[in-house]
Amino acid sequence: MADIASDETSGIPVAKTDRSADQLHRNVLIGLALLLAIAPFVAYPVFVMKVLCFALFALAFNLLLGYGGLLSFGHAAYFGMASYVSAYTAKNWGLTPEFAILSGTAIAAALGLVFGALAIRRQGIYFTMITLALAQMLFFFCLQTPRFTGGEDGIQAVPRGRLFGLIDLADDRALYWLVAAIFMAGLLAMYRIIHSPFGEVCKAIRDNEPRAISLGYRVNRYKLTVFVLSAALAGLAGATKAIVFQLASLTDVHWSMSGEVVLMTLVGGLGTVFGPIAGALVIVAMQNYLASLGAWVTVVQGVVFVICVLAFREGIVGVVAKAIKKPL
Amino acid sequence: MPLGSSDVTTDIILSTSGLTKEFGGFRAVNGVDLNVKRGTIHALIGPNGAGKTTCFNLLTKFLPPTKGAIVYNGQDITREQPAEIARKGLVRSFQISAVFPQLSAKTNVRIALQRKRGDSFDFWRPEKVLRELDEEALHLLDAVGLSAFAALTAGELSYGRKRALEIATTLALDPEMMLLDEPMAGMGREDVERVEALIRKVSKNRTILMVEHNLSVVASLSDHITVLARGQILAEGDYATVSKDPRVIEAYIGSGGGHGHH
Repeated sequence: MADIASDETSGIPVAKTDRSADQLHRNVLIGLALLLAIAPFVAYPVFVMKVLCFALFALAFNLLLGYGGLLSFGHAAYFGMASYVSAYTAKNWGLTPEFAILSGTAIAAALGLVFGALAIRRQGIYFTMITLALAQMLFFFCLQTPRFTGGEDGIQAVPRGRLFGLIDLADDRALYWLVAAIFMAGLLAMYRIIHSPFGEVCKAIRDNEPRAISLGYRVNRYKLTVFVLSAALAGLAGATKAIVFQLASLTDVHWSMSGEVVLMTLVGGLGTVFGPIAGALVIVAMQNYLASLGAWVTVVQGVVFVICVLAFREGIVGVVAKAIKKPL
Repeated sequence: MPLGSSDVTTDIILSTSGLTKEFGGFRAVNGVDLNVKRGTIHALIGPNGAGKTTCFNLLTKFLPPTKGAIVYNGQDITREQPAEIARKGLVRSFQISAVFPQLSAKTNVRIALQRKRGDSFDFWRPEKVLRELDEEALHLLDAVGLSAFAALTAGELSYGRKRALEIATTLALDPEMMLLDEPMAGMGREDVERVEALIRKVSKNRTILMVEHNLSVVASLSDHITVLARGQILAEGDYATVSKDPRVIEAYIGSGGGHGHH
């Protein structure tokens, strides 16, 4: 077999590509942090916070689909449930924002554990349908329990409160730094997860599940773990969103929210580290700046989606990564 | 075969008794008693539709048997999950090349080496902790002639190299027994020779059971052959014995043959 080595050996950089990709990612992360530092001075902070919440949501979804190979069509359940819990505990129990957000995240993770354990028993489209069905059940549960969710009205006028009981978050700028910090923490957590020994196994399962099994990996435990991690991150996004907009409503648990996160991820670039952020920015910007079009925004979104799937399936960041021949 | 002597039973690494698999009334595998001797290369052959692949999937637990028992190293593994038998040292390959296409060749092998760490649920640790496995991964790639392709994603490799990568990945687990599902399927002659040499090389201190269509490969590699037809064992023995058996010739010609067709 040694002879095959001789014919195509010329200059394939072995470990170098890994290292240069790491370096590139580090630079992009630093660039993003700098961008976040100047963003509130050049853009409307509430808009940026909205983008960051949805970007975190899309990152969570991409962790599951892009790196775990699991297409959930019910991610609104974790986003929305966390949003309700965060809003409820902040408003009715008077929790400080950090504890309200943490409790929302924890409940989303617990919900992910239950829903995930049921869904991973099936594969492919059946998995997706189970996640959708469970999310729909949660939607109707929220609709039918107005005492907790406020029904059609949602939970309104959620107090932003004081961070650690000290820093007043009523000011958008002050809140912005908290949201930016949460976003960066979420992004770094996701980055670490996909570049960990656990992440390596997840990618292997995504690529070829029977082979991973034949190597002795108990794949269902990995799938469940990545599902819970994704649900927790989606919950973190939803819980933060409730504090930012001082509102938790049925929109957050509606199936169209599940669809929107798929759209953001695909537009930005599925299975890329930074794609979901770009996707969230594009979709949220469209919703904000094209708001005057009314219902036509949905049509524009649909067109964008079709163009994306037909013309550049790798998404925005995927196309850039291809152009510079490096993973992003 | 001198069945019944005490030596034989300890020498058997994998055996089945009355192994049967039905698909809606159709018996794909019908009462197969298979005995694989430790340290041999054992081939499972037969014309198309003989039940070889079903038999193989039963042995690797990818299908549950309808009836019968499977014993590996003295342990009943009939009801085990596929991942569990891999942990006992019984590792399979696949007919279609089983690599992780989006991962580099080095990472493919490293995924298998990672098993030595036990379970890898540590999502909080950096990938760096795996770098200590890199040297061994590259060594294994070198053993199958792939050291120059370590950084390439597996999906970019040629068919023959994917098979070589698959073998390197399997070897990374250092399995006691390897089950190879048509290792030569879809290969050109040059690749066949390479993989044949590779199988011979890795068979030292190991037991190999393979399903294979290519009879010349079977003839040159295997110590023992079991011929299946219509889900049952038709003949057993070395190549010389089996190839002269009139029932075997009849089965191959009668079914249109499985010889060298890919």
